[in-house]
Amino acid sequence: MTTEPTPAPARAATAAAEPAPVLSLRDLTVTFRVDRGTPDVHAVRGVSFDLHAGEVLAVVGESGSGKSVSSLAVLGLLPGTARVSGSARLGDLELVGLDDRALSDVRGRRVAMIFQDPSNALDPVFTIGFQLRETLRRHLPGLSRADARARAVELLRMVELPDPEDRLAFYPHQLSGGQAQRVMIAMALACDPEVLIADEPTTALDVTVQAEVLDVLRRLRARTSAAIVLITHDMGVVADLADRVVVMRHGEVVETADVADLFDAPAADYTRTLLSAVPRIGADERPSAADAAERPALNVEHLVVEYRNRRGRVVRAVDDVTLRVQPGEMVALVGESGSGKSTLGRCALGLAPLTSGTVEVVGTRLGRDTPRAVRAARTRIGVVFQNPAASLNPRYTVGESVGEPLRVHAGLRRGALAARVAELLDGVELPAAWASRYPHELSGGQRQRVSIARAIALDPELLIADEPTSALDVSVQATVLELFRSIQQRLRFACLFISHDLAVVDELADRVAVMHRGRLVEVGERSRVLRAPEHDYTRRLLDAAPVPDPAAQAERRAVRAAV
Amino acid sequence: MTRYAVRRAVELLIVFLGVTLIIYLMVFALPGDPIRSLGGDRPLPDNVVAELRSRYHLDEPVLQQYLRYIGGLFQGDLGTNFSGQSVAGRMESRWPVTITLALTAWGIQVVLGVLLGLFAGLRRGRAGDRLVLAGTILATSIPVFVVAVTTQLVLGVRLGWFPVAGTSEGWPTAYLLPAVVIAVFGLASVTRVMRGSVVDTLQSDFVRSLRARGLRERRVVGVHVLRNSAIPVLTLLALDLGFLLGGTVVVEGVFNLPGVGQLLFQAIRAHEGPTVVGVSTALIIIFLLTNLVVDLLSSVLDPRIRHE
Repeated sequence: MTTEPTPAPARAATAAAEPAPVLSLRDLTVTFRVDRGTPDVHAVRGVSFDLHAGEVLAVVGESGSGKSVSSLAVLGLLPGTARVSGSARLGDLELVGLDDRALSDVRGRRVAMIFQDPSNALDPVFTIGFQLRETLRRHLPGLSRADARARAVELLRMVELPDPEDRLAFYPHQLSGGQAQRVMIAMALACDPEVLIADEPTTALDVTVQAEVLDVLRRLRARTSAAIVLITHDMGVVADLADRVVVMRHGEVVETADVADLFDAPAADYTRTLLSAVPRIGADERPSAADAAERPALNVEHLVVEYRNRRGRVVRAVDDVTLRVQPGEMVALVGESGSGKSTLGRCALGLAPLTSGTVEVVGTRLGRDTPRAVRAARTRIGVVFQNPAASLNPRYTVGESVGEPLRVHAGLRRGALAARVAELLDGVELPAAWASRYPHELSGGQRQRVSIARAIALDPELLIADEPTSALDVSVQATVLELFRSIQQRLRFACLFISHDLAVVDELADRVAVMHRGRLVEVGERSRVLRAPEHDYTRRLLDAAPVPDPAAQAERRAVRAAV
Repeated sequence: MTRYAVRRAVELLIVFLGVTLIIYLMVFALPGDPIRSLGGDRPLPDNVVAELRSRYHLDEPVLQQYLRYIGGLFQGDLGTNFSGQSVAGRMESRWPVTITLALTAWGIQVVLGVLLGLFAGLRRGRAGDRLVLAGTILATSIPVFVVAVTTQLVLGVRLGWFPVAGTSEGWPTAYLLPAVVIAVFGLASVTRVMRGSVVDTLQSDFVRSLRARGLRERRVVGVHVLRNSAIPVLTLLALDLGFLLGGTVVVEGVFNLPGVGQLLFQAIRAHEGPTVVGVSTALIIIFLLTNLVVDLLSSVLDPRIRHE
């Protein structure tokens, strides 16, 4: 039943006589029916590319480029409102127009797919062993119980999950994100598919976990016959794993190229823009606007924050952290999920319980000064959150959102209010007339500009930005970061910039503080920490983030493997 | 798992003590003197009243009476009414009627509610879904006694398909109509919750992953969607069973079924405190126990609750 793995992946560039592609898309078009009266939305327009045996083909693009939709269309997994035309040939089987029953025989058997968020991709109420066996027995009905179990263990071992026999009895919630994604990969490979489609497989994961999962995928190439379609927005991941790249924009293919060629000499303008927008470590030296003589805007000393989790066990989210942010200074707080970086940010706003230690914000000591004084202090702190779609009230216009702090705290009304709102919108490079628009009428980047305008409305002394650009596409991120920096230099507020992206931090921060498991492991000047890290964890973090340069990334990988 | 069960049992005990105390106090606060009303139109002599009062401990402070009563409960004694009959004895013949009625109604809710909810959820936005939703609104908006009297008149008296009243024809004929009547109200909410739950589950990432692995739609829905969607519905069904056991008063009255609800109604009218408290207590115990069983059952269905 199982096919023999083909040895040594054949690189498309070196193959002189090209063998027939495994999967071939020709003129694939996907339209969505929206409403009667409104024209159909073209999500994918005339996409053509070939996938060859053993290769990793990256499909790159920003949100709305149609990169995921085209793959879902191949497997017939789009909702009923979608219409697919053109051709997608798997070997000699035409997938477009195939009925659902026949398609379901292909799914998981000949073409497998993994998705972005591994923690939600498994059924929470069944063990992973059950789900693995279920997949195996769906496509290999002759398999006995014992054989299915043995194969499940073998698969988990293949994706390098420790103690595979015991893990079969685990439920999805007992696995970490990285482990869950490995289980997803194991399930995808269960029936030796010809094609594996990985849709943003590491986007929801921390960098160090991402590096592990990418390692697993890379080693699997040698052990399975599957050709891989890697859908991603991350040029670092592309550089790390791909052989060839398809760049998509607005539902169309902009450029198809060999990975080395794409990074060295991008042909399309859009590819060049995309590549130049990717933040890289290595920003120039620049003067800091920090004022060391003044009273710090944020002064945290020996801070400990403990939570009691649901089992009643005490969890230390922040462990003896001492950190200062001077007026005019931008300090980046870096760490992975669960490192305590966001908790520290919440502490500064007085939104997290202090177990011990002191927090002084804009001259007010939390926990000692009166609640009234703390509330007053809060008006001098601005906040920008990660997801502007969730942090802006959907029923307020842009003008109402930006003007709310001005009305409540500065007492502005009518003409004065409108003038100040217009001024603020102008400051974030949005037309003043947009004050009457609603958040859903704006793009992600525009919404984040609105959030920034609101945060600086009261001319804050301290601004806390919690992953403000993580939800944005790279090209949008680049412009928002630039804006953010120019505003900070103009208004000279102190800023605590929370981020997981070291390259972003390099472009913005004066100093960098690295957190790991609640502790502050390293603090220092930006260039010192990012170029000559002292702590082992900082080094690991720097090594784990893939760089958008195939040659450099291969070198880094070799170095890491040697260590 | 054991810790979970123990914790639940302790919670249950606290709720039990609180609720019985409230009912005891409420019955105590009812207007009118139960002892004096025993004599009907003729006033009882004072010494007889005093004698009866002390026999039934009515001269003690209410909290002491309550403690005495709880003490008796733990020895399996639900108390005696003022005519000297044991409350447990009076309920004995009535339990089978009420339990049969409630379980029949509950069975209708479980089967129809889950199936209709699943049906509507799978066909969201289409004609079938709209029809079911309209039906649930209709069912919730008509008062129970209207449904009871109307169905009795049409299906019982006019058409003669079902017995008009009484239990003489036994299960299922005699119980079917009243059971449907009390099931209708709860059925609507079970259907709606199930429908919403199915819609949510169908949109979850893991269902897409299951389909991407080539599992047949029948298996995706029948095994994965059904079990995940059933978890919130189960809690609602548990509450409903308690409601059905206690809420049969009207229907037992209309269809003249000699059940516990009818007894409770008569006891309230006759100021028979011990009977009211005894019946209520028994209903509470059943209610709490079904909830415990259902909670344990949902922890079997949902491993995340089990490992909490």
